[in-house]
Amino acid sequence: MNIHIPTPLRAFTGGQQTVSVPGATVGDALEQLTGAYPELRQHLFMADGKLRSFVNVYLNDDDIRYLPQKEATPAEESDELTIIPSIAGGCCCL
Amino acid sequence: MPATKQAKDTEMATATLPVTELPKLSNDEISRYSRHLILPEVGMEGQQKLKAAKVLCVGTGGLGAPLALYLAGVGTIGLVDFDTVDASNLQRQIIHSTATVGKLKVDSAEIMLKGLNPYLNVVKHNVMLTSANALEIFKDYDVIADGTDNFQTRYLVNDACVLLDKPNAYGSIFRFEGQASVFATKEGPCYRCLYPEPPPPGLVPSCAEGGVLGILPGLVGVIQATEVIKLILGIGDTLVGRLLLVDALSMQFRTLKLRKNPDCPACGTHPTVTALIDYDQFCGIEKPASVGPLEVARDKAVGDAAVVDGVRQISVEELKRRLDAKENFFILDVREPHEYPIANLGAPLIPVGELEKRIGELAAEKDRDIVIHCRSGARSQKAALILKNAGFTHVENLAGGILAWADKIDPTMPKY
Repeated sequence: MNIHIPTPLRAFTGGQQTVSVPGATVGDALEQLTGAYPELRQHLFMADGKLRSFVNVYLNDDDIRYLPQKEATPAEESDELTIIPSIAGGCCCL
Repeated sequence: MPATKQAKDTEMATATLPVTELPKLSNDEISRYSRHLILPEVGMEGQQKLKAAKVLCVGTGGLGAPLALYLAGVGTIGLVDFDTVDASNLQRQIIHSTATVGKLKVDSAEIMLKGLNPYLNVVKHNVMLTSANALEIFKDYDVIADGTDNFQTRYLVNDACVLLDKPNAYGSIFRFEGQASVFATKEGPCYRCLYPEPPPPGLVPSCAEGGVLGILPGLVGVIQATEVIKLILGIGDTLVGRLLLVDALSMQFRTLKLRKNPDCPACGTHPTVTALIDYDQFCGIEKPASVGPLEVARDKAVGDAAVVDGVRQISVEELKRRLDAKENFFILDVREPHEYPIANLGAPLIPVGELEKRIGELAAEKDRDIVIHCRSGARSQKAALILKNAGFTHVENLAGGILAWADKIDPTMPKY
């Protein structure tokens, strides 16, 4: 399935906006993604393997935190994952 | 239309309103707002609601500039900013101008806003928004528009909006990407529902490090202004419960569903944030210094002989002296390759993000004196810690970076 990579994290995917990975669940797909791009791991996951709380992962239009099976939610090839990190910019006065 | 007839029509229009009496529009205002008045969704009553409304723009930077300009038909606009206008702002902060460089941003913004609309009531808050003053400033406004540039203020604005029950028209940008939503309404989620905790400092690059496309704050700021207007008029579907994602490079707009988190510490069913907290501490950063430019506080760019996390900080004056004395030491530039042609000190370049991977390239310098520099002194401090942890023995950070060099040593060098 396709995973949309937000601008701040594209530095770790060789500039790619979308990465296509196999995976039967959301968790599998994220595992494949961080396997292919190991530098992404610390930005998405804490040391204990839990998703960081300032990173949101959406399966299509839904936040996986609110899906009953969360990261274990099954995903089809046609589904899309979107990673949404916190960004704070606005003034850039420095 | 004769004035008397118009006045009578206005009375008739407002007479049926259940709300408190709305302010009347003068004939000049009627001419000014005629394109709104002939829109049935706005009309006389809508424009009067706009005139009665008070909107606070937190920040008059990239987002705040287009936001405030497009709100210049709202009766009262509050501006919160403690900064002054810098030439590097003007590429996107279009409420300021070349003529107002060096002025307080709130004064500069007032000049432009009053020039556009002399009927506007501009309230200037030339302060840094803090937990001590936020509730007092916010309480007089109907809608808050968050156009700040840092996580501490984002959480502060959110919590103050939740506590005071005021909607927050939110916008945020980074490089080519933007986000917008409306937070902290009664029925909708707040910023903490989406992001319960801020990222640790250093994990997400700031705009100063990451850059931003000049039009992007324009695009996102105008979206915020649109939401503010809709909230005041009570028309359309606002972004309550939705997050708009804008990608200016692919020119794609997407909205994602946001849920109100029942366990949200601010707006949930059993809130733990019942008063404003210390947001610097919450975001894991040091308190800003009460004196000196913000970048000095943020980047810990301090004078000679200071040591930060075991790394000695050296001044540009000392670097100059050592270069002139032809001392034997090594200078390393840890900025990005695209920054090098803008200005450089002739030092070899290894971007801070690649330093760990490429540390072998520095093997010969391991026991030499190494001075690391970047643009302002923040990334080079990170790089110094990386080298120190890798066993390098004499690593120093150039305080203030190449910006300080341009300021104090080589005035012909451009600043960016």
